[in-house]
Amino acid sequence: MNREDFPMLKKDIVYFDNGATTLKPRVVIDKMNKYYLEHTSNIHRGDYEAAIKTNELYDGVRDLVSKFINCNSDEVIYTAGTTMSINMVVFGYMRKYLKKGDVVLLNKAEHASNVLPWIKLREEIGFEIKYVPLNKDYELTIDNIKKCVTDKTKVVSLAHVSNVVGDVRDVKSIGKYCRDKGIIFCVDGAQSVPHMKVDFKESNMDFLSFSGHKMCGPTGVGVLVGRKELLEEMDPLCFGGGMNSFFEEDYSYELKTVPTKFEAGTPPIAEVIGLGEAIKYLMSIGMDKIHNYEMDLKKYLIEKIKDIDNLIIYNKNTDSGIISFNIDGVFAQDTAIYLNHYHIYVRAGNHCAKMLKDEINIKNTVRVSMYFYNNKEDIDKLVDVLKNSKDIFKVII
Amino acid sequence: MDENFRREIILDNYSDPMNRGLIEDDSYLKTRTNSESCIDDLNFMMKIEDNIVKDIRFDGEACAISTSATSIMIRYLIGKTVEEVREILINYQNMINEKEYNKELLGELNVYDNIQPNRKNCALIPSVAVEKMLENLK
Repeated sequence: MNREDFPMLKKDIVYFDNGATTLKPRVVIDKMNKYYLEHTSNIHRGDYEAAIKTNELYDGVRDLVSKFINCNSDEVIYTAGTTMSINMVVFGYMRKYLKKGDVVLLNKAEHASNVLPWIKLREEIGFEIKYVPLNKDYELTIDNIKKCVTDKTKVVSLAHVSNVVGDVRDVKSIGKYCRDKGIIFCVDGAQSVPHMKVDFKESNMDFLSFSGHKMCGPTGVGVLVGRKELLEEMDPLCFGGGMNSFFEEDYSYELKTVPTKFEAGTPPIAEVIGLGEAIKYLMSIGMDKIHNYEMDLKKYLIEKIKDIDNLIIYNKNTDSGIISFNIDGVFAQDTAIYLNHYHIYVRAGNHCAKMLKDEINIKNTVRVSMYFYNNKEDIDKLVDVLKNSKDIFKVII
Repeated sequence: MDENFRREIILDNYSDPMNRGLIEDDSYLKTRTNSESCIDDLNFMMKIEDNIVKDIRFDGEACAISTSATSIMIRYLIGKTVEEVREILINYQNMINEKEYNKELLGELNVYDNIQPNRKNCALIPSVAVEKMLENLK
């Protein structure tokens, strides 16, 4: 649906790499252009017309985010993207919070951005990282989380939707469980916030991270939402202009309040404004409508490809538009190159979840990740090409 | 070169590559290589004795181009002196990067003389690996 809103779709392509980044609708591009063409100016302290307008738009995006995911406006921090958001939580909050002997629960399907920061901080503090086992379908369940929790468990950090398996984790139940146990609950929403209704408060999240560019917005901007009282405790990773109240010769200084203290320097202004427009655009379609549409597409795709010879599908039953597969005996990258020959854009690799190989016994997969502007014709094209893959090497060599 | 012939050589080496599988032997030089632009991840080992390449072996997951290039290169380099190998690598890399090179020095490796730009890094993997191992040669 809404295909006409996306200039990229005028090209003869099938875009199935939405897990990596999404296409941008005209309204988002226009909104950013308008900033550059009509009211370029810096935010904060501008006393002239263009700057006042820019400031209004920039700060207004916090209200949009707060409506979009149900949090308070002053709990919204603009970041460079999900990776930056998670690093801010780990090195800004957890560095002070965690002690030697504490346990952080992760799992092996997590993206590098929700593993490596923890591994790095662990070197410094000596807390323990435990990986919650996945079930037989490579999914993360609340039961397995509960089995791993002890009185040493201080943090559960997970992706709401895994970027390879595509399983939707039950954040509502997990959040409730963590809150009752006094465990901090960190959610990577990069693959969920663009695709379904996510509710920060209702799911008892403590921190939620997501990126603009995976939800029709521009690259270079993302969001960290944190519970206000935790953000008060959290240290900024970046110091400079815009985030301090004063600093003096005697080394004294005072930082501004949340969220301003986390936004040193000139932020990506056009991108924040673009992100706001993307949020408005998604809300105008409706997140439930988007999710239901993607589920219909997924059912259609699975129905069509489940009987193709030599096709191994790793996640037939998950509730997201992510499908990972391999053609038996063909290296994932060769399959992606083959599909590109027919202008079908997919991603091959480990998708940054480099430990998933321990569970799934295969390092690399081909990933199709859908969004609401994909349609059944896209799927038919993919299915056709996959059905005729016996000549794959003639095509790619 | 005839396209079918080229494809046949590449596919033969991909489906049944030379010296796939590593062995336990500390007298070998070793390296792991993965290119920044692709997902290939290969381990290499090479034995040099009296200045001559006696053996090269590899293992790992990789695409058709890098696997076949590895196989062809292994077959071609075994028996050559270290100096000859260095010369071959320079010429091979020049060929892949569309610079001047001596075709006569490259034997069957010439099948990659017309590689698509986005596959260059795949074709370069074995060459980078051998080069890395030679750096460790004292």
